Amino acid sequence: MTTDVAVPPALPPGPPGGGARPRSRFSVPGGTALGVGSAVLYLSLIVLIPLAVVAWRSVDQGPGYFWRAVTTPDAWSALTLTVGASILVALINLVMGTIIAWVLVRDRFPGKAVVDTLIDLPFALPTIVAGLVLLSLYGPESPLGLNLAYSRAGVVLALLFVTLPFVVRTVQPVLLELDKEMEQAAASLGASPFQTFRRIILPNLVPAMLSGTALAFTRSIAEFGSTVLISGNLPFKTQVAAVNIFSQIEGDNTTGAAAISTVLLVVALVALVSLDLLQRWGSRRG
Amino acid sequence: MAKYGLRTIAVLYLFFLLVLPVGLIIWRTFGDGLGPFVEALTSASAVHAFQVTLTVALWAVAANTVFGVGTAVLLVRHRFPGKRLLNALIDLPMAVSPVVVGLALILVYGRFAPVGGLLESWGVQVIFSTPGMVLATVFVALPLVVRAVVPVLEELGDDQEQAAHTLGASRLQAFIRITLPGIRWALAYGVVLCLARSLGEYGAVAVVSGRLVDQTQTLTLFVEERFQNFDQPAAFAAATALALIAVITLLLTKLLRPKG
Repeated sequence: MTTDVAVPPALPPGPPGGGARPRSRFSVPGGTALGVGSAVLYLSLIVLIPLAVVAWRSVDQGPGYFWRAVTTPDAWSALTLTVGASILVALINLVMGTIIAWVLVRDRFPGKAVVDTLIDLPFALPTIVAGLVLLSLYGPESPLGLNLAYSRAGVVLALLFVTLPFVVRTVQPVLLELDKEMEQAAASLGASPFQTFRRIILPNLVPAMLSGTALAFTRSIAEFGSTVLISGNLPFKTQVAAVNIFSQIEGDNTTGAAAISTVLLVVALVALVSLDLLQRWGSRRG
Repeated sequence: MAKYGLRTIAVLYLFFLLVLPVGLIIWRTFGDGLGPFVEALTSASAVHAFQVTLTVALWAVAANTVFGVGTAVLLVRHRFPGKRLLNALIDLPMAVSPVVVGLALILVYGRFAPVGGLLESWGVQVIFSTPGMVLATVFVALPLVVRAVVPVLEELGDDQEQAAHTLGASRLQAFIRITLPGIRWALAYGVVLCLARSLGEYGAVAVVSGRLVDQTQTLTLFVEERFQNFDQPAAFAAATALALIAVITLLLTKLLRPKG
């Protein structure tokens, strides 16, 4: 998928079109109620009720059971690997994503348009294909002689692949709109390029960099398809949380699977809510 | 100096993470010419997987398009209590792991769940069958059409729709002749994104389909199953076919993306 798919959670949840626009004189309240009812029903049947049942199932047999399910050695190891790898992946994305966005906006070289288009490829590529693609270059038959299959490095690589566009696509538009005159003023007052970057450019980019990083993090902790093939799903070594949930479902232990799922949902929500708070804090600072 | 340094870092990173792996798989697929590629994709299992994928994707796209346009109109043109909440909840599927999507649907629509059991007694099997796969696909692709249409609908304003009303058009007429033409590119953009996501979904479908070969196997499941069974040519061929669909999607969205 392209960025536009990824960015929505980061958008401030303001009501689109509400507020300023005068109420349409032609909206029929009855029709609105019917429409809202259908939309809510659709959302409830497919998304809300099933997710609520997952949360319910995880605590159904008491908090003690939930805790035991989350702290079984293989589940706990999968969770810590997932969160650890996701933090690492988010940090690498923070640096590399910003560099790539910088190069795409400020640099000029032949083939730049192609590079710019390619950035979205990880969103468009099915995750299982992403995993297969990485395995063919960094697997046992690697032409580079670099075998990362069944290792934690392989998991990190897969996560880096699927999260590549997040930081690039959030930083890029901000960089495009950045006023170059501020930088010129700083330079004319004797600032070194590094000083200009640190004091002028970076403060403007930080909110976008953070929101891209948070999105990359939430995507990483949820990721399944791309890690299936390259990780080999070795419990205690390369098994991520989503794969652990999958094997518990296959083993008919839906309560255990629901417990780990709930942990993942809570971590994702915490990340997204802190992102929202950060953005409000950022926009208050102007 | 710094300029070339950054450019080199960025290009090398993208080359080794993105270009080389994708290039290599295309190279390995077509290394022996087009013949093996076509052969692998025309086997009975592959053709069946194609059909299942298309059926599931088309149902999911149809459902999400109707929901997406309807909800976008509600969010932009109407006022109702709980609008902010509805707006926020639409993005929820983006934060949910595909495996959790599958588990959630099994817990509600599985054979041993209350709702699933009831449907089963009416002769409708949801999990391990097409309806469940459609539900899973609808779930993961749910926000795409709404999010594509909302900004354009906002920008469009409702002046023309109101003019149509004063000239005696019914709500349906105004929608078909004024609103729909106004949002058609944004809608096309959302539908393309939704279709691509639906064709490529793996995790959620893997859970709810039961991965029954030649029954509920989609193309992405086919890739995984063939690879695990050491049938690399078939896995690579199907993966390349999916990658080509992804590239076409990318180019189409590039064309359709709302400017500015």
